[in-house]
Amino acid sequence: MGYAIETNKISKKYDSFTAVDSIDLKVPRNSIYGVLGPNGAGKTTLISMLCTILRPTGGSAMVNGYDIEKQAKQVRASIGIVFQSRALDDILTGREHLEMHAALYGVPKDIRQERLDEVLDLIALGKKADEYVKTYSGGMKRRLEIGRGLIHHPKVLFLDEPTLGLDPQTRESIWDYIYDLNQNHDITVLLTTHYMEEADKLCDEVAIINQGHIITSESPKNLKRDLKADTLTITVDSPEEFVEKVKTLGFIKEAFLVDGEVKLMVEMGENLIPAVVGFASEQGFPIRSIELEHPNLEDVFIKFTGSKISSEGK
Amino acid sequence: MAEIEGIYTIWLRETKRFFRYRSRIVTSVVTPLLWLIIFGTGLGSAVRFGGNIPGGYQAFIYPGIIGQTILFTSIFSGLSVIMDRQYGFLKEILVAPISRPSIVLGKALGISTASVIQASILLILSFIVGVSMDPLTFVLCIIIALIMSVGLGGMGLVIAAFTDSMEGFNLIMSFIVLPMFLLSGALFPITGLPTWLQAAVYINPLTYGVDALRAATLGESALPLEISIIVIAFFAVLMILISALIFSKKEQSLM
Ligand SMILES: Nc1ncnc2c1ncn2[C@@H]1O[C@H](COP(=O)(O)OP(=O)(O)O)[C@@H](O)[C@H]1O
Ligand SMILES: [Mg+2]
Repeated sequence: MGYAIETNKISKKYDSFTAVDSIDLKVPRNSIYGVLGPNGAGKTTLISMLCTILRPTGGSAMVNGYDIEKQAKQVRASIGIVFQSRALDDILTGREHLEMHAALYGVPKDIRQERLDEVLDLIALGKKADEYVKTYSGGMKRRLEIGRGLIHHPKVLFLDEPTLGLDPQTRESIWDYIYDLNQNHDITVLLTTHYMEEADKLCDEVAIINQGHIITSESPKNLKRDLKADTLTITVDSPEEFVEKVKTLGFIKEAFLVDGEVKLMVEMGENLIPAVVGFASEQGFPIRSIELEHPNLEDVFIKFTGSKISSEGK
Repeated sequence: MAEIEGIYTIWLRETKRFFRYRSRIVTSVVTPLLWLIIFGTGLGSAVRFGGNIPGGYQAFIYPGIIGQTILFTSIFSGLSVIMDRQYGFLKEILVAPISRPSIVLGKALGISTASVIQASILLILSFIVGVSMDPLTFVLCIIIALIMSVGLGGMGLVIAAFTDSMEGFNLIMSFIVLPMFLLSGALFPITGLPTWLQAAVYINPLTYGVDALRAATLGESALPLEISIIVIAFFAVLMILISALIFSKKEQSLM
């Protein structure tokens, strides 16, 4: 069976407002799958349905081969979840959180200690493991939550905006952590995010969600390739004249000036740099610098929705 | 088996929380003592008390104040689900592979543990108000306290399921908890009241708990002990069933 998660027109309405609208999602086993979209797009609602906290108002879904409505208990036993908002008890220690979780998920008593040590090692809380969670930093809390979600060896791990509100350094370490986990364990990761970079770096496949709809789903590489627009940024003397000249080249889709720099929109930019440089020196415009930029997922999002992802969804 | 471990795990967390909030344990003993010593002595010397209990008014309200402690602790522990929801921990519990009735039962047992510990402290301090305590009476009172706290804790859980934020707290205090306490016969005898007041007193489940405690500690009561125990046991079962049903059926707003 190829898919860890498969949804069939899954929908959620709050009164008359449709937060998730007929979404079909197919998440291959052992992949890292990203659901990327702005705030309010319906990511948390979608995840909440998949982990059986909310009931869909339409459609259905299978997680690990279990129906999320008819076999909710089997679904819950086979998944791990890290919620967007914190789900910790201030007055318990990190270790107690893990012990409690292992007990609730029926990890056999004889291997419980082993699992606890394994996870504590992984999330590197050190001595803090035996202090109350209220003394933890944001990054430690997040690591504890991720570690907790792993202690029963789930087949699917849901991460709802795992690095929201963390500093860049902690964010990178959590990315490494998720990546290693996926490489070394038999685990499928479904993560939601509104950080382009996160989806880009981490995910094998990305579904872009906006206002409850999936707009497109592909590998980040293909999504960006479909845009067919690399940007060459060039600085030359007398850029105004150069823009007019360079427009005559057949492979240039667009050429314009931004803050005294020449921007050229091209396809497969890396192959064209020599041609552009050659043309410029022929025409008597020695190039001071040239820079190639591939499109990012932000550009993909703009292409599909006409708005930036960082702005609110509605 | 997994369900039993789930119940135990939820109970364990409740109990750990209870012991870690030291200030709550202290106030939960000091407050009833203030009632007994100040209110009991003050009102006891102001009015001529009709009952013929050795120890007078102070002894009369002693089981009432134990009932009050059980009421407050149980309802507020039940309402702690609102905090669990607000601080997010409820999600961790609700998404675990154990049934909702087991969650409710674990919570209720945790609530009873807290209430019973507080009740035992007050029972041990019975000499302060001149009530004599023997082991048998003590055990009987503990059993009554246990049954009462399961029912009242279950009631707290039911209220919590319908309350989205702690803002509702004051309303619950003014419209449910305080009237229940005042209408329970904790502070005055329930025989010989005007009919309208009597009706309110008799539909209040706390009345039967207080009356049972009074029968056990003072040998004085409005109703036979067995009747009171049957009523509070019935209330406990009913509240657990209702809260288990609500937690299974109602979609909790968790985000
Ligand atoms: N309990 C609720 N009642 C009504 N509307 C809700 C509720 N929960 C979420 N919504 C709405 O559903 C939409 C999707 O929310 P959410 O799934 O949290 O988005 P995301 O996680 O992508 O930011 C939002 O517009 C939000 O306001
Ligand atoms: Mg969200």
